[in-house]
Amino acid sequence: MERSKRLFMQGNEAIAEGAIAAGARFYAGYPITPSSEIAEVCSRRLPEVGGIFVQMEDEIASIAAVIGASLAGVKAFTATSGPGFSLMQENIGLAVMGEVPCVVVNVQRSGPSTGLATKVAQADVMQARWGRHGDQLLIALSPASVQECFELTVAAFNLAERFRVPVVLLADEIVAHLREVVELPPAEKLPIVARRYPLCPPDEYLPFRPGADGVPPLAAFGSEYVFHITSSMHGEDGFSNNDPANAARKIARLFTKITSHREEVVQVKGYGCDGTLDILLVTFGCTVRPARAAAARAGKLKVGVLQLVTLWPFPDREVKLLARRAKAVVVAELNYGQVVCEVERVVGGERPVYGLHKYNGEGFTPGEIAARLEEVAGLCGL
Amino acid sequence: MRALAGNAWWEYIKKEMLPHMWCPGCGNGIVLRCLARALAALGLPRHRVVVVTGIGCWGKADDYLRTNALHTTHGRALAFATGIKLARPELVVLVLMGDGDCATIGGNHLIHAARRNVDLTAVVVNNFNYGMTGGQVSATTPRGAVTSTTALGNPERGFDLCKIADAAGANLVARATVYHVPLLERLLREGISKKGFSFLEVVSPCPTHYGRRNRLGTPAEMMRYLKERSLGVHAPAARRGEVPEGYILIGKLAERDEPDFLAAYEQVRQRASGRGERK
Ligand SMILES: Cc1ncc(C[n+]2csc(CCOP(=O)(O)OP(=O)(O)O)c2C)c(N)n1
Ligand code: SF4
Repeated sequence: MERSKRLFMQGNEAIAEGAIAAGARFYAGYPITPSSEIAEVCSRRLPEVGGIFVQMEDEIASIAAVIGASLAGVKAFTATSGPGFSLMQENIGLAVMGEVPCVVVNVQRSGPSTGLATKVAQADVMQARWGRHGDQLLIALSPASVQECFELTVAAFNLAERFRVPVVLLADEIVAHLREVVELPPAEKLPIVARRYPLCPPDEYLPFRPGADGVPPLAAFGSEYVFHITSSMHGEDGFSNNDPANAARKIARLFTKITSHREEVVQVKGYGCDGTLDILLVTFGCTVRPARAAAARAGKLKVGVLQLVTLWPFPDREVKLLARRAKAVVVAELNYGQVVCEVERVVGGERPVYGLHKYNGEGFTPGEIAARLEEVAGLCGL
Repeated sequence: MRALAGNAWWEYIKKEMLPHMWCPGCGNGIVLRCLARALAALGLPRHRVVVVTGIGCWGKADDYLRTNALHTTHGRALAFATGIKLARPELVVLVLMGDGDCATIGGNHLIHAARRNVDLTAVVVNNFNYGMTGGQVSATTPRGAVTSTTALGNPERGFDLCKIADAAGANLVARATVYHVPLLERLLREGISKKGFSFLEVVSPCPTHYGRRNRLGTPAEMMRYLKERSLGVHAPAARRGEVPEGYILIGKLAERDEPDFLAAYEQVRQRASGRGERK
């Protein structure tokens, strides 16, 4: 049996390798800092494993090609950053509506617009959730280390196939450009979710008839199952359908097929979160490391760090339950205030919630977070 | 070839969706029928065909076809089709777009699909305006023409779509009108069979908007116009390069046998495996 490999890797490289390990054989993308290394690695690695790399004319075309490849039965992904993520939104909406599994990596950089093109931010959290028009839900994961870049990319592909939904890997410039040792498990130890293909006779196949779990099996173009996918509202047969009852059913299912399996989707990691806490420090991505360092030097203050691995659907219950064991909640994020709004909503006034926000293109130092913890302790008389 | 088609083309039509949504006198139905007949003549099994459509009146054509289909977003059909074809090369991928879809919002994808020479067949119905949204100006609307957003005459020039496709490197570039049905059917068959990017422009009437606003008469009169104002590529004047102003040049306009994307990519793969062996 193969043993796991220890390698020194960059976050972006780990994302590319994670995708290939998860079975991705198609990448379409358009270069943009700080995500370009993913494309560069894929252009070399994918042809080695029988896959395809294509640099498209823009990000609109990139996500479109990814969706096309996925419908042809090949696991597919793209990677980008803010401006490209903005361009992709309409077609990500198509992937939600057409229930097409695919992975979109957004290595967040400072905005708005071209912004500080080479600098870090965590300011696309709300865009990932709400960037498109219309009611819809997708899944977003956020890695905090190079190891997680690999692992969560694999998880992203698995969730995409499991729920027939686009999954956004919301990385950031710091994590993507970080180099550290990762441990790559041998292929047979890696849990890979294969697409659930239909089993019915081909002439009975309806591409949007949900299974008992709310997720419809998906055939591949070119198989004996002939099928129709549309960006328009459609019935179970995949053809346009204007019936209000059908539309209501479809929209609701886009949510419930994910929310009714939240235990498979929502992942958090707690560091020092046992027992009662003075402060619950909620964070994600590159801010996890300085947050843990700050918690470790908080002296007699008991600070637990809650890492939101899954950002969408939001880990409501996890945040709510842990907040009840703390006297105050602090949310640290590299933006003007996004996740803090969700945490306030979830905590619902039961505990005071404070934000720590930085939006100058630089990451947090542990000292900055520690200072805010002390300040909050003072405000709350801890 | 044509005798072979017989009634087999009905197999490709989703009869329960008929009657179709298109206006009386619209050319789209003719193109749809020719397309089904071309598929039947080539004997292509339905499961091997994927029809990718954009958004517009012609973009609704997938609703009437029993092949695989992907109805996409406005202007992006070629990019979706590129992913399908590259992921599964054995598929026959047809991309159906209006002029607004293909050349106005989607012009960049057209240029690059042709340059990349992906083995797709694009069938663009050019009715010189945006039919679906109420007859607004398009990138193919001629200068001076009246549309719902150029009520006082179009100040811009229209594109010659075939010249764009040719300049960008398509392996096959051709034009027909919906009056010239046998030509249209033959070009569809050739386009589908041809390796690399095939681009077929079909000039077609939109009597509801373009015809009405520009006083082009009844649908029958618009058809007569297509008949009288078309010039085949083999006509003496066309050979001399003397196409009179306002005439539509029809037939095969360019043909080459450049390697398509996947053929070229095969070399990339071979280099990659060579490198793998050296390691
Ligand atoms: C991004 C986006 N912008 C605008 C529209 C609205 N829209 C739908 S169809 C269309 C134009 C269709 O014209 P054309 O492509 O020429 O096709 P036709 O209807 O004439 O067949 C427009 C502007 C849209 N669906 N999506
Ligand atoms: S509006 Fe024009 S293009 Fe659309 S169906 Fe009617 S005639 Fe055809």
